[in-house]
Amino acid sequence: MKLTLTVNGTEYSRTIEPRLLLIHFLRDELGLTGSHWGCDTSNCGACVVWLDETPVKSCTVLAAMTDGRRVTTVEGLARGGVLDPVQQGFAACHGLQCGFCTPGMMMTARWLLDRNPDPTAADVREAISGQICRCTGYENIVRSVLWAAAHDGSDGDARL
Amino acid sequence: MQVPAHVDYEKATSVQHALALLARYGPEAKVLAGGHSLIPMMKLRLAQPEVLVDINGLTDLCYISRTADMLRIGTLTRHAQLLESDLAGEHFAIMHDAERVIADPIVRNWGTVGGSLCQADPSEDLSAAFAAMKGTMVIQGPDGSREVSARAFHTGPYETVVGPSELLTEIRLPIRPGRLRGGSGYLKVARRAGDWPVGAAGAAVWLADAGGGKHSIADVGIGLTAVGATHFVAAEAEEFLRGRPADEESLARAGAIAAEHCRPVTDQRGPADYKRHLVQELTTRVLRVAISRARGLAS
Repeated sequence: MKLTLTVNGTEYSRTIEPRLLLIHFLRDELGLTGSHWGCDTSNCGACVVWLDETPVKSCTVLAAMTDGRRVTTVEGLARGGVLDPVQQGFAACHGLQCGFCTPGMMMTARWLLDRNPDPTAADVREAISGQICRCTGYENIVRSVLWAAAHDGSDGDARL
Repeated sequence: MQVPAHVDYEKATSVQHALALLARYGPEAKVLAGGHSLIPMMKLRLAQPEVLVDINGLTDLCYISRTADMLRIGTLTRHAQLLESDLAGEHFAIMHDAERVIADPIVRNWGTVGGSLCQADPSEDLSAAFAAMKGTMVIQGPDGSREVSARAFHTGPYETVVGPSELLTEIRLPIRPGRLRGGSGYLKVARRAGDWPVGAAGAAVWLADAGGGKHSIADVGIGLTAVGATHFVAAEAEEFLRGRPADEESLARAGAIAAEHCRPVTDQRGPADYKRHLVQELTTRVLRVAISRARGLAS
């Protein structure tokens, strides 16, 4: 089937098999390997990308389902060469160790902050409760997201 | 690596179009809503439909609205929408209680209410919640629509009354007249955050004034999941409670009756006798929550 969608602002058209999962389409067809393919069972959240305005687990979404929609991956977080405050927060607060869960964590964090600009630590924990950091680095992930909340919308001030 | 088997794909553009596609392809077609049950089953090759009929474009099936005596929920309503709906929570707190413990926030963004119900997993939470609320399912087919009680919707594990050329389109929940005080709740025990329940109980109660600041139970619905309750209902406990005082003694007895009549099995989530114990305790506790809310003593 023919699939046409917009990924990180760029329109792509490809002929795909309907059974192709979104995570494999992004990684193997488009070469966007920022999104990680982890548990394959919608438990770990390493594959979280945005479908239109909401994060989804792309190992459990068919690429076919995104026809005519917008997908945003971690590669689309930075704007004009400036890292998103969430990305800066992860760098500033040592929010990653091995980095495998990081793209999914950051996509969920951006979504949280867009909806709730001033979250508590408990709000952050709830938001990432469907995602696993196998390094168990949750404390620093929560700190990173709170750092981003504190620096969000402050433009230049957020730059490292 | 888990990959679904070869499958064809059709995108429905309206309910009528979806029904026409289902009629054309017959029993080998599967409706694809959020896909958070179906796609994992396809990846494990437990499901191998020949055609998927994608209904995600039917956004007119995403709604929560109320009429005078009824709350209406569209089948494609995402779990997150139900959790965030003030209207749903105002009338039936049980739905917010249940949604809060279904999977995780990301899965809830895309998984749908109708998809969960039609998957008919014997451990599914909303099936018990809608049974407790005595909901009605609206099913559309080639010859028009029909209504089925939430308590007659499931015909067995992973099986419902929805035929191969039919579509569940709406769930209706009755809103009782104001002279009865209504309250509801849902309690679940799971091994870890976002997991399927070891056992869970939901209750919806309607209280009548019994004088002297006391209340009797005018009507009650009790839903149980993951514990082998027929149609997700604790019918014997409901029968016992109807007309009784809304007091601790009644609730304790109702819990014991619910435990006696369910049929849990020992599996990786726990031994049968533990699940039976859970049913007793959760039924009593969730009735307590529902009654407190009906009395306006808890939110």
